[in-house]
Amino acid sequence: MRKYKEFVIEKLILLCGLASIFFVLLIFLFLLKEGISLFSTITLKRFLFGKNWYPISDPAELEILPLILGSFWVTLGAAIISIPIGVGCAIYIAEVAHPKLKEILKTGIELLAAIPSVVLGFIGMVTLVPWVKEVFNLPTGLTALSGSVMLAFMAMPTIVSIAEDALYSIPKTYKEGSLALGATHWQTIYRVLLPAASSGIVAAVMLGVGRVIGETMAVMMITGNAALLPHSILQPVRTLTATIAAEMGEAVVGSEHYFALFAIGIVLFIISFVINVTADTFLHKKK
Amino acid sequence: MMSSRTSEKIAFLFLFLATLLIVVPVGLIIVIIIQKGWPAISWEFVSDIPRQGMRAGGIFPAIVGTIYIVLGSIIFALPIGLLAAIYLSEYAKNNYLNRMIKLAIVNLAGVPSVVYGLFGLAIFVIFFKFGASILSGSLTLAIMILPIIITTSREALESVPYSFREVSYSIGASKWQTIRHIVLPNAIPGILTGTILGLGRAAGETAPILFTVAAFYLPQLPKSLFDQAMALPYHLYVISTQVPNVDEKVRYGTALVLLFLVLFMNLVAIIIRYQFRKKKKW
Repeated sequence: MRKYKEFVIEKLILLCGLASIFFVLLIFLFLLKEGISLFSTITLKRFLFGKNWYPISDPAELEILPLILGSFWVTLGAAIISIPIGVGCAIYIAEVAHPKLKEILKTGIELLAAIPSVVLGFIGMVTLVPWVKEVFNLPTGLTALSGSVMLAFMAMPTIVSIAEDALYSIPKTYKEGSLALGATHWQTIYRVLLPAASSGIVAAVMLGVGRVIGETMAVMMITGNAALLPHSILQPVRTLTATIAAEMGEAVVGSEHYFALFAIGIVLFIISFVINVTADTFLHKKK
Repeated sequence: MMSSRTSEKIAFLFLFLATLLIVVPVGLIIVIIIQKGWPAISWEFVSDIPRQGMRAGGIFPAIVGTIYIVLGSIIFALPIGLLAAIYLSEYAKNNYLNRMIKLAIVNLAGVPSVVYGLFGLAIFVIFFKFGASILSGSLTLAIMILPIIITTSREALESVPYSFREVSYSIGASKWQTIRHIVLPNAIPGILTGTILGLGRAAGETAPILFTVAAFYLPQLPKSLFDQAMALPYHLYVISTQVPNVDEKVRYGTALVLLFLVLFMNLVAIIIRYQFRKKKKW
């Protein structure tokens, strides 16, 4: 009887172990199932590179280049802000900060990561957006730039914690060797530690950027949601994620619009898949 | 030419500035929300239904809705996540399958939250015909927090020294008995940390519940698993963007309650982890 019970439990454990693979496949399959019908009416090339997103005109035009560019600009802006600050902070925490301060900073970064995106979006709306409008003298502060700044704060915790891990996991002998040769602490950091941790830092940056591309609520609340081809970072844009979140409520199940939103979901899924797999390879490179 | 000491000082100054650029804005965000949200907080605010088109009254249904959804998601995610963690730490061999599972977990953690919303809509709301309901929302969030629970539980299980297991085997215990009576009890604080982190994440997410459970305005409490419910993060979104002329105080108050809920859970998780590391007997 006990043997039988153990057999059942161990099979159950195996099954749950495989659950993650199962769910990843399930997500992809269901996105595909709902999204694939779109391509009976529009070619993949036109869907990705066409310039008009007018989902409720008749006939509907469902081309997502403006949305891809919207996501691209917001993400690029957020990356430019968050990468130097994030990596700098990671080095400070890993190498410079006093151990007590280090603990406090790490806790702070973890709490930043926990702030819900809708709260960051709300704060961005009431503080950053009016400020951007004022400073750049714009008709509206709901711009790609506002989105970039707010999203930079969502990328930073990811970048800091993974880059800090990468720096921390370098064997202590590297550092000791360099210091023993008479290098200063800073010379050791940028000539020895940073190169040694480079693949981990690249992974950190990629995962941070991945988080920005997938971010939805904050971006929907502060980028203005205009599905037009963006010409400047000071214009309202609409991202892939915000389009799904804003329009799925109104799309009729089984309509072309509905299929198109799922097709955007497939695009996002593939982007995040590629980023995560690549970042993971970088993380396991040295081992 | 600058001396290497001077350049080191300048470099460290910049690193410090980078750190300040993260810490100061975050501190400001929290201070602003507390300062402007605090006047809204009253017993009525947390215990009354929203009134006058959500411009007055309280946020009680949203708080209760969030609690239901979050508890629902943990009921699904914890058993699966824990067993998956046991598999990875105790059974998996270092082979191709194991590598695939780890990659799947990383990917699951990286899927954009709104894509979870789409998935939940397609599978739970439409395919299984659960409709927009607490059940659909909980299941969607459960899959989303699975990676957090698996990863933290696995770390907790793996940190139990191998010698503990060897002693247990040597006195004749089977593998499952060893896991059940030796490994799991020693890993409980770590598992608890992961569970609370998962709860916090689920409580704050908006995009996955948009189409699977969240109700725009629902002044009564949900009665069954198949009812829609209001939820705090979605409520904050609604009153800050969809409803005109909401008193700023109400918005900040809602943001404060949500922020407090999420940060409190995270802080509890961090403290448990910290105590656990300090008390470790091995």
